[in-house]
This record gives sequence, structure tokens and C-alpha cells, in this order.
Amino acid sequence: MKIAVCVKQVPDSWAEKKMVGGVLDRENVDAVLNDLDEYAVEEALRIVEAHGGNEEGGPHTVTVISMGPERASEAVRKALSMGANDAILVTDAALATSDALTTSAVLAKVIGDGGYDLVICGTESTDARMSVVPAMISARLGWAQLTFASKVDVDPAGKVSITRVTESGVDEINAAFPCVISVVEKINEPRYPSFKGIMAAKKKVIESKDLASVGVSAQGAWSQVNDATPRPARAAGAKVTDEGNGGEALVTFLAEKKLI
Amino acid sequence: MSTVVILADIASEKATKTTAELATAGARIGAVTAVVLAPVGKGAAIAATVNQGPIASVVVIESADFASHGVAASAEALASIVKEKSPAAVLIASHAFGKEVAARVAVLTESGIITDAVDVAADGVATQLVFGGSTTVHSKVSHGTPVITVRPNSIEADFSPSTPAIENATASIGADAKKATITSSQPPVKGGRPELTEAQIVVSGGRGTDGNFAAVEGFADVLGAAVGASRAATDAGWYPHSHQVGQTGKTVSPQLYVACGISGAIQHRAGMQTSKTIVVVNKDPEAPLFDIADFGVVGDLFNVLPQATAGVSAKKA
Repeated sequence: MKIAVCVKQVPDSWAEKKMVGGVLDRENVDAVLNDLDEYAVEEALRIVEAHGGNEEGGPHTVTVISMGPERASEAVRKALSMGANDAILVTDAALATSDALTTSAVLAKVIGDGGYDLVICGTESTDARMSVVPAMISARLGWAQLTFASKVDVDPAGKVSITRVTESGVDEINAAFPCVISVVEKINEPRYPSFKGIMAAKKKVIESKDLASVGVSAQGAWSQVNDATPRPARAAGAKVTDEGNGGEALVTFLAEKKLI
Repeated sequence: MSTVVILADIASEKATKTTAELATAGARIGAVTAVVLAPVGKGAAIAATVNQGPIASVVVIESADFASHGVAASAEALASIVKEKSPAAVLIASHAFGKEVAARVAVLTESGIITDAVDVAADGVATQLVFGGSTTVHSKVSHGTPVITVRPNSIEADFSPSTPAIENATASIGADAKKATITSSQPPVKGGRPELTEAQIVVSGGRGTDGNFAAVEGFADVLGAAVGASRAATDAGWYPHSHQVGQTGKTVSPQLYVACGISGAIQHRAGMQTSKTIVVVNKDPEAPLFDIADFGVVGDLFNVLPQATAGVSAKKA
């Protein structure tokens, strides 16, 4: 099996984020591998490990694919240190303000050209939180969409079945290769890169591509931010200390606010 | 007058209140056409429930493919209506299914997309609250038909009855949209409480519950509220992960959010700080969440909540 895992470098979810000139300021914050993509990397590794592994010369490979600035190689390197074989990073100045449509077009082209059987993604990035890229990749490639998976079973002969968990309920879905899978948080416990893994990752190849070598032209974003305003900080209201009547004070507050 | 297409939000073969919210937002831009994607033989019955809010017409498409092939088939049917009607905008509910349908419709119609709007203005400008609600963004689609997903519970719906004209349509679903097959489907387990993201009131528990959610659930039930949990509580296995509120969980924006035994890491704030009113109950007077609370009680949730539960019951009686 050839498995691709799409990852994104995002501002650390604990960092304070700001908009500058209508786009997220990515320069002045710590950047990390998107938390939710770690589950995708882990799931890919578990799938290959269950069927003979991804050792060099073995039957299966896991390739990390990312789009972002050169700095995104740090996030890619982390995925490699977890155990992926190699990586492709698409970097191009023309992509700096691209939207999900462009991102999905670039990723879909790289994936389509790579001859993968499965693509695994996280359900969303912790910065934009749109949850649209996996569905867009599926639509662009014409591959089966198996998203929001809390469980993935792969038959290397070419079949996948997943359990999809969303607000709408629980679905069992299956499809034949090739498929686009997204995995929800808690599908697994992502491994920490071992020292050996970190050392090995330094030697692994990150193939760098620009738009021309991918073969997609930059179309610019199809939506624009008019303005972005930090919301005023919430001011703290009344605070009482429970001396046996804290619950009653709470009820009084709710009644005054007409919330009960 | 221009047309706006909304994808009727259906649960248990009935239009949800989110459908009225989408119609309310859509009517600011143009005459609303609600698209109903229904199982074969159920179209008329479901369409009859799409009667709240300013809806001018309903287009019903019946196909077994919606249940069998989910998002991909639904998106293809909706995209065919969008191509036919050339509306000023397409509005879809911002949940997992809606966002994925929107994603595919944007690709199929070569249109820009905005997700998680909390408001949509007459000129198509969408309001979003980003970075955990710390920043308000106004944005607009500049290419194709604007595809906008709207967060449930964000727009005050006009529930006035309407009697839309009902039209039947067909859509041909291509082979690519049928590549994933749904073999079984179970509705969400409701457990008698409202859905977290749609609830008017949410009562959440964190580390301070020490794994015992009984007091939190008791207070939630007397208020008719949904139950949420902090990441600490779900990571500890005290409450199902599907109830996690926060950066990597659900984002909620209810009228009232009651945080019990939750210190208030940025992670958690990101999921709840746009709530209209925030109440915090915590033993630790230094808990950071007190800083954004409209009302705080410094005390043990196991004392405060049962008393408050009894107090609310007494007021109701």
C-alpha cells in the first residue's frame, strides 16, 4: 500500500493568534504540526504496521504531504520522526494567501500524481477549523470520501471500512481503494517520536516542489476578509464566595438575567 | 429579485430550527429556495415540515443515493440545483455534514466558500468569530456563487409560518459520488438532553468534578441544558469525548454557559467564550475563567450545584 498523509503546520493552539492585513499572522507565533494531523500520521502507521510495516524495501510506504512555507518542514519533520518514510512539501510564494480551494487543488494534484491507495487527513486544522479540505480532495480526485472516522479497517487487497461519527449520528461506510480518509481525535493515541525516530527523520527526504513542478496555477483566494477586529475582552462580573448560600446566589443571578 | 438557495437541515425526517435560521439569513439577500434531499417516497412529507421562516419555494429531490452515499451524493444534487438557479448565495448548516457538502459544492460549482458564519448580511458579507471567538472577521466570497455555512443557534430565526410552492426535481448522481457506501446508520444517542452545539444552556464539568458528573448533570437537567466537559475531564475518561468543549472539541455559543470545576485554559475558552452569559463555579478563587465570568461562585461544586438545582426546581414549581 502507498499511503499519503496530509499535514499542516499551524500556530501553536496555545498561542495568541492575530490577523494582519486580512490573513493570519503566522510569522510571529510558534508553529507546530497540527494536533489533529498527528492522529492521521498515527493511523497511517498503524495500518501499515498491521500488514507488514513500512521498513525500507517493505511492502508499504507512508508519505507526508504538506503545503506551506519553508518553515513547515519542521512540522513535516515531526511526522517523519513518528515513522513516515518520506515527504513532499509544496512551497511557493504565490500560495501565501491561498484558501481551502487552492490548498485542496494543490494537494489533490500531488496525491493524484503519486499513485497512492489511501490519503489520510485530520478532520480540521486548529487554525482555520473549516473541515473542508478532505471532502474537497475527494471531490477533485473523484475518490471515495471516508471522513470523520473514529475507526478504520483496511484490507490491503483494496477495501476500507470506517465508522463515521458526527452530530448526525454513527455511520458504517465502506469503499474500494483509492480513498480519502479523515480521522477524528481519539481514534488512537499518537506516538511520541523516539530518539531513534528523530535521528532517522533527519536523514529522510523532504522533496520540495513549487507550483510549476506540481502543475497547478495559483488562482488567488476566492473569498476575502474585509476586516478583522479583536473582540473586546469580557469583563469579570460579580463573584461571591460560597458560605452555604452560593447555590442560592447563583439562582438569584439567573432569575435576574431571566435565564430561568 | 435574486434567489438564495438553502439546504434544508433535516433530522428524523423533519426540518430542524436551523432550517428557519438559514431561511432568515437567506431572505436578507433574496427569495429563499429550500432544497430538500429526501429518501424515495418521503419527499412530500418532509417538504411539508419546511414551513417555518421566510421560505418562498421548496425543491424536493428524492433519491435512495442520499442515504447510501451521504455527503458526496447530497453535494452533487445540491450543486445541480445551484447551477440551474444561479442563486446569489447558498447557505448550509455548519455541522460536519453541512460543511462537507458545502466543500464539495464549492468545488463542483467553482465557487468561494466561507464556513462557520454566525451572521450573514444582505450584501453577502459573512461574520465569523475566529481564534476561539477572540476576533470578529467580516469576509465575502469573490468568485462564483458564495457558499456559506452558518453555525446553528447563531441567527435569531423568524419562525413565522410560510406556505412555499413545492416543486419536484431530479438529479443525476455520478459514479464518483457513489464510491463510498453507507451500510448502516444510527441516529445520535440523544439521552434526553439537547445537542451540545444547539443548546440554549450548557453546563460543563472539568477537573473539579473528580470524575463525578452527577451534580453537573443534575443542574443541567433542571435547566434543560446540554452537558459539556473540559478536555481534562474527557482525557481522564470521565465523560465522552463527544461532549468536549474547546479548541479541539466543540465550539458552543449558548445563552448561558455554566462552567463547573473548570479552571479555564485557553484550550477551553476557545470553545465557549462567545457564550452570551458565563457563570463559573470553582473552589479555586484564582481560576482564570473567573476573569470572563458574568457571575462567579467561589465554592465546591458539590455543594453549590445541588443547592442551585433545588433552587431552580423550587422556582419552577
